[in-house]
Amino acid sequence: MTCGCLGRIPQDWCCRHERARGFQPRAFIGRSAVKRAFTVIPYIWLLALFLVPFLIVLKISFSDIAIAIPPYTPTLELSEGWQGVRNFFGGLDFENFVFLTSDDLYWKAYLSSLQIAVVSTLITLAVGLPIAYAMARARDDWRPALLMLVILPFWTSFLIRVYAWMGILSNEGLLNQFLIWSGFITEPLVILNTNVAVYIGIVYTYLPFMILPIYASLERMDPSYVEAAEDLGCSRLSAFWIVTLPLARPGVIAGCFLVFIPAVGEFVIPSLLGGSSTLMIGKVLWEEFFSNRDWPVASAVAIILLLILVIPIILFQRQEVASRETEG
Amino acid sequence: MKMMMATAVATGILASATFAEEVRVYNWSDYIDEELLTKFEEETGIKLIYDVFDSNEVLETKMLAGGSGYDVVVPTADFLQRQIQAGAFQPLDYSQLSNAGNQWDVIQSRTDTYDPNGEHAINYMWGTTGIGVNVGKVTEILGADAPINSLSLVMDPANMEMLSACGVYFLDAPTEVIPAALTYLGLNPNSTDPDEIAQAGEALLAVRPFITKFHSSEYISALANGDICVAVGWSGDVLQARDRAAEADNGVEVAYNAPKEGALMWFDMMAIPVDAPNPEGAHKFIDFILDAQNMAAASNYVYFANGNKASQEFLAEDVIGDTAIYPDDETLETLYTPVPLDAKTQRTVTRLWTKIKSGT
Repeated sequence: MTCGCLGRIPQDWCCRHERARGFQPRAFIGRSAVKRAFTVIPYIWLLALFLVPFLIVLKISFSDIAIAIPPYTPTLELSEGWQGVRNFFGGLDFENFVFLTSDDLYWKAYLSSLQIAVVSTLITLAVGLPIAYAMARARDDWRPALLMLVILPFWTSFLIRVYAWMGILSNEGLLNQFLIWSGFITEPLVILNTNVAVYIGIVYTYLPFMILPIYASLERMDPSYVEAAEDLGCSRLSAFWIVTLPLARPGVIAGCFLVFIPAVGEFVIPSLLGGSSTLMIGKVLWEEFFSNRDWPVASAVAIILLLILVIPIILFQRQEVASRETEG
Repeated sequence: MKMMMATAVATGILASATFAEEVRVYNWSDYIDEELLTKFEEETGIKLIYDVFDSNEVLETKMLAGGSGYDVVVPTADFLQRQIQAGAFQPLDYSQLSNAGNQWDVIQSRTDTYDPNGEHAINYMWGTTGIGVNVGKVTEILGADAPINSLSLVMDPANMEMLSACGVYFLDAPTEVIPAALTYLGLNPNSTDPDEIAQAGEALLAVRPFITKFHSSEYISALANGDICVAVGWSGDVLQARDRAAEADNGVEVAYNAPKEGALMWFDMMAIPVDAPNPEGAHKFIDFILDAQNMAAASNYVYFANGNKASQEFLAEDVIGDTAIYPDDETLETLYTPVPLDAKTQRTVTRLWTKIKSGT
């Protein structure tokens, strides 16, 4: 990360402040057993609600489809003792993953999902950053109200809000009625059931997840940094670019992840607002699970999706840590 | 056979009195006269929890996962057959079903192919998958002799090209539409031959450019409002559209026809999950529905035919007398019943459907 406005701000001045702003998680040094017990809780949570479900899905992805309850085989028969365990592991294979490579549908769906998620994330960032900045710069007594306005939509069910967009975007919807009434267009714009509607839906739905972390990192920023930069000859724009934006970086990264990750696997928005040509992996997964009743292939699709998301994120975080270390 | 994209909406019936027991029913949305639900509670003193679903796939996934907590569920017969194979249902105890004798042998003989002797399930309602048209607009475009009772209306690209500007909806359900395409080509609607299924796919791709939308419930209001000309849809739904148009008095005349080449006939069946918490209450509910007058009230309300012979004397004239709901014997001959697809064929069909819809 580069610091210094035209070289006038000493490098280590703002870099030191950046580090002090909590970039690195501080190691917890618990003394008492109670404290230690508290640190264990998040790990139990992750184990029970992330690792165990993941292992179950992984296991199903190695299984075969069956007409039974549950609809796959093998299942672990502990009553058969050691033989049961051997049958269980003997019945697992990579067949479903091989199958995924045999049909280009899956790759096209993954790529199209990634594309929709990347574009939506960038739009959400472009919309969310100015809003968060304006909120952080607003008068102190306004901020709680502005924060409330961002959170307010969550009080209505997500599904109802997406349905409301159907009413706004349809051919006879509010938007087209308004545009025709105001004379901008004569024929209604076809927006509903296209990818444009999907982008609108995703950006609208996930905008608070972008605004809130950016706002949180900007709000803590001491306005005297910007004043100092301006005193040292930076224009407002370059002060924003060189001082504010780097300080907002953790918020921007968190916001992008919070939008990008759920957007890749999004199912509800494309199925309600998208058309039949909108190809997304969430929909492919639904069809594997419900139409084909093939839980093993559906699980394999989910595992690959997880790998597509997790591996780049791990690499990115390593890169972040490494660049921080070289700076330090 | 109602399908909506929304997730199932639960409509629990709240009762003020305290009940000793409860029975949980899971049925298709908009598929009963809700007064019957209150009547059941009053007559039996059992609290009724009535939830609805909108697609067979959602119900099947609940059944195959197990532990749904429902006492009575209503899958369509071809789905039912596979779920019976999976061991999802318990056998019915006919000694607890005093009204079972009301069932209609004509329907029973057809549902026996899915569930011999009604061992696990008993018919609730049935219908056909056919073609709904806006009579005025279609005859205006294709002339007075437009083939509104033939699959060629929706499968012949020449007809479809002319109709496309006016709007054509297809059900978003491959197991309904692909058999229709096979029938149009003169092939066995239940074919599992990949070549024949591919031919049906080609025929559908030929008319694909002229299909406005694939959707399984929007066509009701679209037909009724006059927004579209043609919908491949379920009998009762098209008839609902006909009634809404008549009520709105908007000059739209909707007609339903089961295609003369043959139409798919489906049956929605009441069954008791193997792990039902209250099987005795479940039998009481099924027996209540099998009562001739109750069954008639349900059919009069939703415009679907039922499998209950004794109920026919209580049916309204515009239900029993309408050949779109109760087809005449000649039409009945041409109707075919679907068989459940094996996993491999199901995959071929789902994949083909994705290709037809998205081009990928």
